[in-house]
Amino acid sequence: MSTLRQRLFSRLSGSRFRTTSQGATQRKTVTFGDGSAVSSKVLISVASVLVLLVIWWAATHKWGLPDGFAEQAERADRTESPEGRFSETKLVRACKADPDCSYSQLFNHRTLPSPVNVLKAVNELSTDGWRQNTLQAHTWASLERVLIGLLLGVAVGVPIGLAMGLSSVLKSLFDPIVEGFRPIPPLAFVPLLIIWFGIGETSKVTLLFFAALWIMIIGARSGVLSVQLSKVHAAYSLGASRPQVLTRVILPNALPEILTAVRVSLGVCWGTLVAAEIVAATEGLGFMIWDAQKKLRMDVVVVGIIVIGVMGVLLDLVMRKLETLLIPWRGKG
Amino acid sequence: MSVVNDETANLSVSALGMVYEVPNGEPVEALNDVSFSLEQGRLLTLLGPSGCGKTTLLNILAGFLAPTSGTVTLGGSPITGPSQERGMVFQQGALFEWLRVSDNISFGPRMNGQRKRVSKPLVDQLLATVGLAGFDDKRVYELSGGMQQRVALARCLANDPKIILMDEPLGALDALTREKMQGLVLELWQNTGKTVVLVTHSVEEALYLGDQLFVMAPRPGRIERSYELPFAKIGLSTSPRELKASPEFIEKREEVLSLIWEMEEQIMGHEDGR
Ligand SMILES: Nc1ncnc2c1ncn2[C@@H]1O[C@H](COP(=O)(O)OP(=O)(O)OP(=O)(O)O)[C@@H](O)[C@H]1O
Ligand SMILES: [Mg+2]
Repeated sequence: MSTLRQRLFSRLSGSRFRTTSQGATQRKTVTFGDGSAVSSKVLISVASVLVLLVIWWAATHKWGLPDGFAEQAERADRTESPEGRFSETKLVRACKADPDCSYSQLFNHRTLPSPVNVLKAVNELSTDGWRQNTLQAHTWASLERVLIGLLLGVAVGVPIGLAMGLSSVLKSLFDPIVEGFRPIPPLAFVPLLIIWFGIGETSKVTLLFFAALWIMIIGARSGVLSVQLSKVHAAYSLGASRPQVLTRVILPNALPEILTAVRVSLGVCWGTLVAAEIVAATEGLGFMIWDAQKKLRMDVVVVGIIVIGVMGVLLDLVMRKLETLLIPWRGKG
Repeated sequence: MSVVNDETANLSVSALGMVYEVPNGEPVEALNDVSFSLEQGRLLTLLGPSGCGKTTLLNILAGFLAPTSGTVTLGGSPITGPSQERGMVFQQGALFEWLRVSDNISFGPRMNGQRKRVSKPLVDQLLATVGLAGFDDKRVYELSGGMQQRVALARCLANDPKIILMDEPLGALDALTREKMQGLVLELWQNTGKTVVLVTHSVEEALYLGDQLFVMAPRPGRIERSYELPFAKIGLSTSPRELKASPEFIEKREEVLSLIWEMEEQIMGHEDGR
């Protein structure tokens, strides 16, 4: 825990308090063009996010006064109504309460909701939900599909990839299939899948399976091909049998590339899923944003987009963490 | 060269030939009519210019390559594939970086069904032998190059092979580490009485470690000259620096060097002529 805090601290405080290796950067005179001298300054990144939020807020904020306000105020002035001041406030308040009252704003709530509206929508979605399902339920529905599809893709793709890297017959057998199917965007299969499996879970999981399968096959195969021959030779002359060479040498050697393929698959599946849910679904984040758009609920759409992005980043972070945990030897062979 | 035909010889190589078929090119004759016998307990070093077939010969002995002609037998039975009776030490990168040092060393015994717990005393003993006592829990990539080669030696010894084959085992080490490791190789050889075939690029190393030395020549790869050497046997009782500075050693070194230079010049001439 303390290390996390230390790391956080040193990151927040920029490069000034970094330890030895980064300290060396401080003494470099050539930094423009030296990629390793380009570090991340968290404060600047935080600032850029804040600027983005401010722009969003400014573009959707109800600036100035409602249209026709000037004339109304003038009229009120001329008649010297005792309620002149009061009606001014009332006018503004009434207009602000009415979402359709025209203001000088870049986007109105029908084109882009304000940050505040989005926060309100988050609250509404997580308690009342959208179409009988809360935001959490939609997210989980999407995540579940991705994980099942990915798992199937790994379970089928890794053995095929390994086999292709180990046997000429199997390589020749699978090569045309893999190379033929790989360039086809998985979404192209959606019409077929819907005819075969309907719009239920099966069609979507199958779609994700296809999205992950080719990536996993290619990752596992290149993992096998990257095994140094001397390691395989060493294992055989230490008395290992073929199955032992496969499980004790080739598999651990291919693991880094397999995990990289899993990470890539996860990203591709996540992107494919949202599109698939837009096409046909009754729950899930993709369904939610598409359905909300039909009902002109842009705030719900934006919530969905943000959740999709955040989940994508989180999944990638989890995979990175897994990689450092499972394969500490990566790149050190 | 003189072929010693000894009945008790352990390793026997006769009329060995190896031709690599190169797609869209002339076949490469990596070995041509190589014959020799090696008695058990000898240390043979192979020296020669790049491309003279040293690695090819070693790979055939290990059983990774099948020769195009000729036979190789160990203790009378022909070599047909890799086996744990022939241990191999590579130049570098052949350790399993996903395993800890102890698991690398016990790899051979464990492949034969031995439990980790059972091989532990052996691992500890071997680690002490190669001077790495207490390093069993380290990751391979946390060790220096010299330490990694010590682990590779220990891993090879764990299987108690009949013969140890080494392809430039010290080639990637710095001069000082290399000299220390030469001492270790000598020590292991004398203490275990194993037959060793060691490939090297260093004339000094070949003379210091080998009690027999083959200088090989390229195109086609063959044994140009064979030397019986006295230095390995006295290597441990004398200081290595003193031995390497002795007149006998220097004389042999210059002789072998000039032989190799001659060959290199022939190669250069050959290549210029094309
Ligand atoms: N797989 C291969 N295919 C074709 N030719 C090969 C192959 N392996 C080696 N050769 C050729 O055979 C010859 C001997 O190669 P080898 O690797 O045995 O030489 P070496 O003595 O070990 O050289 P070095 O000292 O550089 O390691 C070389 O001419 C090389 O080009
Ligand atoms: Mg070689």
